[in-house]
Amino acid sequence: MDGFVPLNHYLLLSATLFVIGVLGVLLRRNVIVVFMSIEIMLNAVNISLIAFDHYLNNSDGQVFSFMVMCVAAAEVSVGLAIIISMFRNKPTVNLDEFNILKW
Amino acid sequence: MEHIPAPAIDFISLAPALILSVFGMLVLLMDLFAGKNKNLLVFASLVGLVLAGVSAFAPKALPVVSFGGSYVVDHLSVFFTLIFVFSSALTILLSIEYNPRNGIRAGEYYALILFCTVGMILLASATDLIMIFLGIEVVSICLYVLAGIKRGDVKSNEAALKYFLLGAFATGFLVYGMTLLYGATGTTKLAGIAEVIHSGQTNSDTLLLLGTVLLIIGFGFKVASVPFHMWAPDVYEGAPSPVTAFMAVGPKAAALVAFYRVFATAIPEIGTTWDTLLMVVAVATMVIGNFGAIVQTNIKRLLAYSSISHVGYLLIAIIARNSLGGSAIAYYMMAYAFMIFGTFGIVILLGEKNSENLEIKNYAGLGVKQPAIALCMTVFMLSLGGMPPFAGFIAKFYIFGAAIKEGYVVLVVIAVLNSVVSLYYYLKIVVLMYMKDSERELELSMGPITLAVVAIAVFGTIEMGLFPDPILQLTQ
Repeated sequence: MDGFVPLNHYLLLSATLFVIGVLGVLLRRNVIVVFMSIEIMLNAVNISLIAFDHYLNNSDGQVFSFMVMCVAAAEVSVGLAIIISMFRNKPTVNLDEFNILKW
Repeated sequence: MEHIPAPAIDFISLAPALILSVFGMLVLLMDLFAGKNKNLLVFASLVGLVLAGVSAFAPKALPVVSFGGSYVVDHLSVFFTLIFVFSSALTILLSIEYNPRNGIRAGEYYALILFCTVGMILLASATDLIMIFLGIEVVSICLYVLAGIKRGDVKSNEAALKYFLLGAFATGFLVYGMTLLYGATGTTKLAGIAEVIHSGQTNSDTLLLLGTVLLIIGFGFKVASVPFHMWAPDVYEGAPSPVTAFMAVGPKAAALVAFYRVFATAIPEIGTTWDTLLMVVAVATMVIGNFGAIVQTNIKRLLAYSSISHVGYLLIAIIARNSLGGSAIAYYMMAYAFMIFGTFGIVILLGEKNSENLEIKNYAGLGVKQPAIALCMTVFMLSLGGMPPFAGFIAKFYIFGAAIKEGYVVLVVIAVLNSVVSLYYYLKIVVLMYMKDSERELELSMGPITLAVVAIAVFGTIEMGLFPDPILQLTQ
């Protein structure tokens, strides 16, 4: 049913999730949790995209959200590989301990 | 069943990206059989890059539009394709001697550079938000891996991790900004967005504004402008030197041209709202870049801060948002490619088997022992500082010209004053080379290929400074 839930609700949900993701990246020190927060940000964007898509009644948003998912998957694989190769040289996942280069 | 019509695709104008994709996969396959000797991979990559560069000239009439207006090959994108191909080729040449000496044996290194170049070419031709997003991600994901390609080195790992986390974080902002822009205008095509704004039929001005601010944040991260520059010095220091040179030129140019296209094509009409914001960012980028560079003792960190300040100058061309600005960015990036690859060539030459000699004090006494190399370094430093008669001077001249034409005199005055400040740390290296005695003997590696790259770069820096017209005509 069209207009059952107004667009604003979706946008508010998406914005809230995005802010949660941003705060997670800025406040948490565990690499994996930071990484998860970034994924929350991308998924928040997907909610917006689909909501806009439905509201505007064209398919660009759906295509875009597929692309975002693909890229997120590629990013996960590369990111986890980097974390693992880091872990082999220095067995920790705490961001504060990666301090050879001045942050 | 209803059929979806296939969009018109002009394969000839897509040739550079197609050729490089094929060669990238070929290099990956060849790595399986090539064994320890990587010369074949280097050769194949260079052939691919040359073919791609030649095929960039294949389209008869420009501009050519493909994929329903998402991909446009025009003079600007052809010129940028040349910059990308050229800088990737120089990166590979610099790596030939650097990689074995520093224990980088991965064959996929060359494939990643080729794939990264494909991403940059896509980015320079993209006229659709989805395409720009994909281009940026192809480039970024390749670079995350390249920054950490020295797997046993903790520094390289750390650079990759920081680059990855902040890059992915920035992607979040970028894609959210694009989404809001799409929500406000109902289209992802840059020209379509401009049309909707022009006719005043946007769904919500708040979304439009918020989207623009988020886009500035996202692009700001990717081009390393203040206040989103913190990753650059760390990543530049930790990544292998050829990759650092690559990152400072190609991907930065690609992100800037996309930045320029979005702000000059899609949302120029709401310019008054983002102009002030971008001006503050540009001034802060120049000032913090230059003053940050003064206190550095590591040559790669110094060059990182210097490249941040150069982004500040380039942002002025985006603020000017006239066609002059576009060609000024193109000219600047070409000149910058020569200067940066030359400088990094010398940085690599100075490296020894066990130490890369990245401290600035290692350059003391170079003028006596290696007068030719010291002279080349002097040329690059003066050119980076914007002194005539070198390429850096002409490049800055065009950017400032484009800005003055639109009446941004104060901005140009600040930029010129910043250039003067930047001369201090560039000349510091020159003074060190000629006026100080070295503390210990350096055993320069003197690889012939690296020397050749430096020679090409010196030639380019001087040639583009003395005879700027031929290259400038190519950009228009």
